[in-house]
Amino acid sequence: MQTAIAGAATSTRTSWRQGRDARDARLAAAVSLAKGKIVAASDATGLLEAVIRPGDRVCLEGDNQKQADLLSSALLAVDLAKVSGLHMVQSGVVLPEHLDLFERGVAKRLDYAYSGPQSARIATMLFGGKIELGAVHTYLELFARYFIDLTPNVALIAAVSADREGNLYTGPNTEDTPTVVEATAFKDGIVIAQVNEIIDRVPRVDIPGDRVHFVVQADKPFFVEPLFTRDPAAITESQILTAMLAIKGIYAPYGVKRLNHGIGFNTAAIELLLPTYGEKLGLKGKVASHFALNPHPALIPAIESGWVEQIHSFGSEVGMDEYIRARPDVYFTGPDGSLRSNRAFSQVAGLYACDMFIGSTLQIDLQGNSSTVTTSRIAGFGGAPNMGSDARGRRHPSEPWLQAGKEADPDGLAPLRRGRKLVVQIGETFGDKNAPLFVEQLDALALAEKLKLELAPVMIYGDDVTHIVTEEGIANLLLCRDASEREQAIRGVAGYTAVGRARDAAMVGRLRERGVIRRPEDLGIDPFDADRSMLAARSIKDLVHWSGGLYAPPSKFRNW
Amino acid sequence: MEDLSYRHIARQRAGGTRKIAVIGVVASGNLEVLAERNLPDAECLVEIKTAAEGFGEVWNAVIADFVERHSPGGVRFSINDGGARPDTVSLRLAQAARLMQEDDQ
Repeated sequence: MQTAIAGAATSTRTSWRQGRDARDARLAAAVSLAKGKIVAASDATGLLEAVIRPGDRVCLEGDNQKQADLLSSALLAVDLAKVSGLHMVQSGVVLPEHLDLFERGVAKRLDYAYSGPQSARIATMLFGGKIELGAVHTYLELFARYFIDLTPNVALIAAVSADREGNLYTGPNTEDTPTVVEATAFKDGIVIAQVNEIIDRVPRVDIPGDRVHFVVQADKPFFVEPLFTRDPAAITESQILTAMLAIKGIYAPYGVKRLNHGIGFNTAAIELLLPTYGEKLGLKGKVASHFALNPHPALIPAIESGWVEQIHSFGSEVGMDEYIRARPDVYFTGPDGSLRSNRAFSQVAGLYACDMFIGSTLQIDLQGNSSTVTTSRIAGFGGAPNMGSDARGRRHPSEPWLQAGKEADPDGLAPLRRGRKLVVQIGETFGDKNAPLFVEQLDALALAEKLKLELAPVMIYGDDVTHIVTEEGIANLLLCRDASEREQAIRGVAGYTAVGRARDAAMVGRLRERGVIRRPEDLGIDPFDADRSMLAARSIKDLVHWSGGLYAPPSKFRNW
Repeated sequence: MEDLSYRHIARQRAGGTRKIAVIGVVASGNLEVLAERNLPDAECLVEIKTAAEGFGEVWNAVIADFVERHSPGGVRFSINDGGARPDTVSLRLAQAARLMQEDDQ
């Protein structure tokens, strides 16, 4: 027998504007500290105490490169009776202060994407239980969650300049800012910007002022880390050999025009070989013309030689500003002339509009899973898993994508066959301090066990990897038909690591006959070309010359 | 220092007519290879002086693969090693074999 009353239960809710009312109350609490929107740097901690509530979700703009360093110091100094137990939702855990917040108890929980410079300390603090970990994300994944279940209550961001209405100029390092502000400002959150200067009229409006509640003038420019500068002087002959293999064995046959490069020395070598070795192979205009890429100084010779049509960037790179300004045909620039970067858009571009990702890693297992985690370091993911994965939502065809799809499934019906993104892992068989690149089991598994994580931090899953390149040759995993072929293809390019020496020589021989493994001699690569004289630039100074003096390397890269 | 020596039967004589070649440098993480064409055509000998001890098994594998891949019959290789990684050793040996394939000037 049913007695339920039609019309359902009425909500016990008394208002549909609780979030807005709470935000307005927070703004009112800070009003005495602000002159319009401007707050003195000396009042920054007071401002944060006024607008942040215990347990809030806070995005403290720590990006891949730029850092809201004044605001992170200010947050670290809050009175714990007023602000504590925060849930930090930020892409980069980069500054020591970002972790000091957890030591002090200002923050408790963390969801993040990248922790490069703090990788050792964050591991220690996770083991010690100082940090309650939500998850380690890719950039795009964390940004997505800003709009669903990790929306910040307060965002603390960094910009180059502001006007009195709060319009912000973020300059070349726009990076994550538009995404963070969008999620915070339109969901009743509070946005506080630190700026290098307050001026009458900003050079361009990157963030409209009605999304910014407070502006704090910093006494020094925000910190930016030069992450994408690789000194050509440090590139080895083995790295040059891997780069030649990639160009001749992957870029050329697939005709890869749209791509993303990782930040390692192998891909820097590729960039420096395009105008020399690539030219010799007649590849100009046929490969590597459209990039989702930060402004890598190592790409300057290829740009100057007319290889590159256009580049969209996640962020900028220290020292590249004037060069970029002088090459608007190549880079995305604003009406002020400087670079407009945007991490979220560039990540989307890398995911959906690039046919290849090629990058280095620290460990690869027998299934092709790769990880940059070692037992004592957790560097996070950043963007690589997103760049280095097949976009299952992709629908537009391109030659490399179709060709890779065909190799993976030669018998499938062409109009119904998915293409595949080329996901290439490149490195020498032995890395830094003779650590083997190939392992039976990833350190990430031991770490997951130790930290009781549900997921081991795998950078790129084996089923997304299409090729592995070492100085021993190229393993084309698309052509492997079962797990044992895949394992032997990987062992076959693992050289003299324990994994490589345990190969089944007969099976590796058969895989080589089928072109699953291709050695340098199979590709007609002359070992004498693996010479530093083949690099278009052999030093940072050469890069400065190539740029016509426009590239201004940071002092740590200058030795003249 | 450790002295190692590996003797192999090669599938065929190294191409070209060059009698002697030197490549590489003795430096940390690098090596120098001297190649001399002074053995019977089917033989190949690799003699190593290395600063890093205890890597005989890896050397054995590197040299065996080198002889298999490049078939440098008739050539004696003398290596002065400064603790190079296997990838560097392979590259230098390939370069030395390639030099021997040139015609003698």
